[in-house]
Amino acid sequence: MGYPVVKGVSYIIAHVPDLVRYGSKPAREIAKDPALLEKINASLRSFDQAKNYPPHQAFIGNIKPEALWDLERPWFEHLLADSPRESAWGEIMPEDEFYGLLKIVDVFDLIDLTSEFTAIVKPKLENHKLIHAADLENLGDGVSRETVAQKIKAGALPLMLGPELVGCIQDGHDEDHNLTADILLENLACKASGVLAMRRALHSLNFDPAAIDFVMNTGEEAVGDRYQRGAGNLAKAMAESTGCYNSTGVDIKAFCCSPVHTMILAGGLIHSGVHDHIMVVGGGCLAKLGMKMKGHLANAMPIMEDVLAAFAVILGPDDGRNPQIRLDLIGKHAVSTGSSQQAIYEALVKKPLERFGLAIPEIDKYSTELHNPEITEPAGSGNVPKNNYRMIAGLAVMQGQLKREEIDTFELKYGMPGYSPTQGHVPSAVPYLGHAREAILKGELERVMFLGKGSLFLGKMTNLSDGMSFIIEKNKGQ
Amino acid sequence: MFKGKKVLCIGERDGIPGSAIAECIKTAGGEPVLQLTQCYV
Repeated sequence: MGYPVVKGVSYIIAHVPDLVRYGSKPAREIAKDPALLEKINASLRSFDQAKNYPPHQAFIGNIKPEALWDLERPWFEHLLADSPRESAWGEIMPEDEFYGLLKIVDVFDLIDLTSEFTAIVKPKLENHKLIHAADLENLGDGVSRETVAQKIKAGALPLMLGPELVGCIQDGHDEDHNLTADILLENLACKASGVLAMRRALHSLNFDPAAIDFVMNTGEEAVGDRYQRGAGNLAKAMAESTGCYNSTGVDIKAFCCSPVHTMILAGGLIHSGVHDHIMVVGGGCLAKLGMKMKGHLANAMPIMEDVLAAFAVILGPDDGRNPQIRLDLIGKHAVSTGSSQQAIYEALVKKPLERFGLAIPEIDKYSTELHNPEITEPAGSGNVPKNNYRMIAGLAVMQGQLKREEIDTFELKYGMPGYSPTQGHVPSAVPYLGHAREAILKGELERVMFLGKGSLFLGKMTNLSDGMSFIIEKNKGQ
Repeated sequence: MFKGKKVLCIGERDGIPGSAIAECIKTAGGEPVLQLTQCYV
């Protein structure tokens, strides 16, 4: 039996402009200056603007990331008019439907939606191919506006749709700081977006959810209570809401590096025979909404972090067709690696390739941190993928595998522009997995390396960062 | 140029880490009073 395969990948985006205020940065800034909320609201994108935004179309798979090289920038001013909401792998969901989905996956009645809003959104969800009768039962018929107003008066967070109050979310406990409404909203947003991605992955492959043995969640939300903060297993909750009844699950925590860690772990569990089919999922991160809004407002741009993004990957045993994860070509940033960029890239790129006598240019594409530069540059964070490609190119020059004058063009040949929403773990290499699988199946690419990094030091337990890499390649059984 | 100076060393995960900056500052005769590495994405 060969190495495990990537059977399918999905990507979804939920456009949630009225949740931007609950992102960590906006919430802190609005508390200091309540007038800021008005400025934020005046700088939000419409659904069509978010849907037609070229990087979002690349994220859900309707255009190749490399096509962005040819599109005029700024992309937010050069939209792809009338772009489809759906793709073969995913979709971009508007805010009203996402509120409905939040309610559908809320099994503790934390969320109340008004009956007026519910009456409007229910028919839309009825027409959604991934929403079922049981979901509509969970959605219910809503409550009165007075009930919502009373709950907000008692401390619940309002859910707005533009200027309209359409619902609220309340605390899960009177005294537990881990079960406050804002934290529960973060957790539910991760759950709902992850569930949507999982359902998309299953639907696009016509895959029976009951055939999934195990779900592994890579999201960064610390689901838990006062006695076990971040205790987790949102994966199992997602499995339940996706109909993966024969599955249990686990959350893998490694900051933004979690998706790459988890892909490798999932591959290992399948290869060793512990599990047959595994779903790897990463739900959206509400805390990161509006994270770089100051830079966007200062540059008279729309607030670009107005979307939640999520992905799901179905992995299975070698089927002789789909691209395989080379479990013998894993790169890792060990404790002893140190923190210099050269040492990190040697550990993640050079060492695994060297073991098999491969040179850096023998990998067709490198998928690294794929943050959209249009989001990061106005905030002074630079072009993250471009910098990463320069580091890999520099390493290749040092190895005598690339000419110095080729450093500037390395990105064009072996890389891609950043196009992922800045959702922490989501941009960390995995956005290209769907494109890579498709290109390998078409014979356009042979091998692709995915390398992700994680900022462990943010948790104040170590000064170390983290990093992992893996390679997928064409299945020789074809 | 750093002799006798107190220096805040703020590094970046995808660039130069704070610890590396602090080592350079010490070599140059400065006193790192804060060293940290940040993630700007």
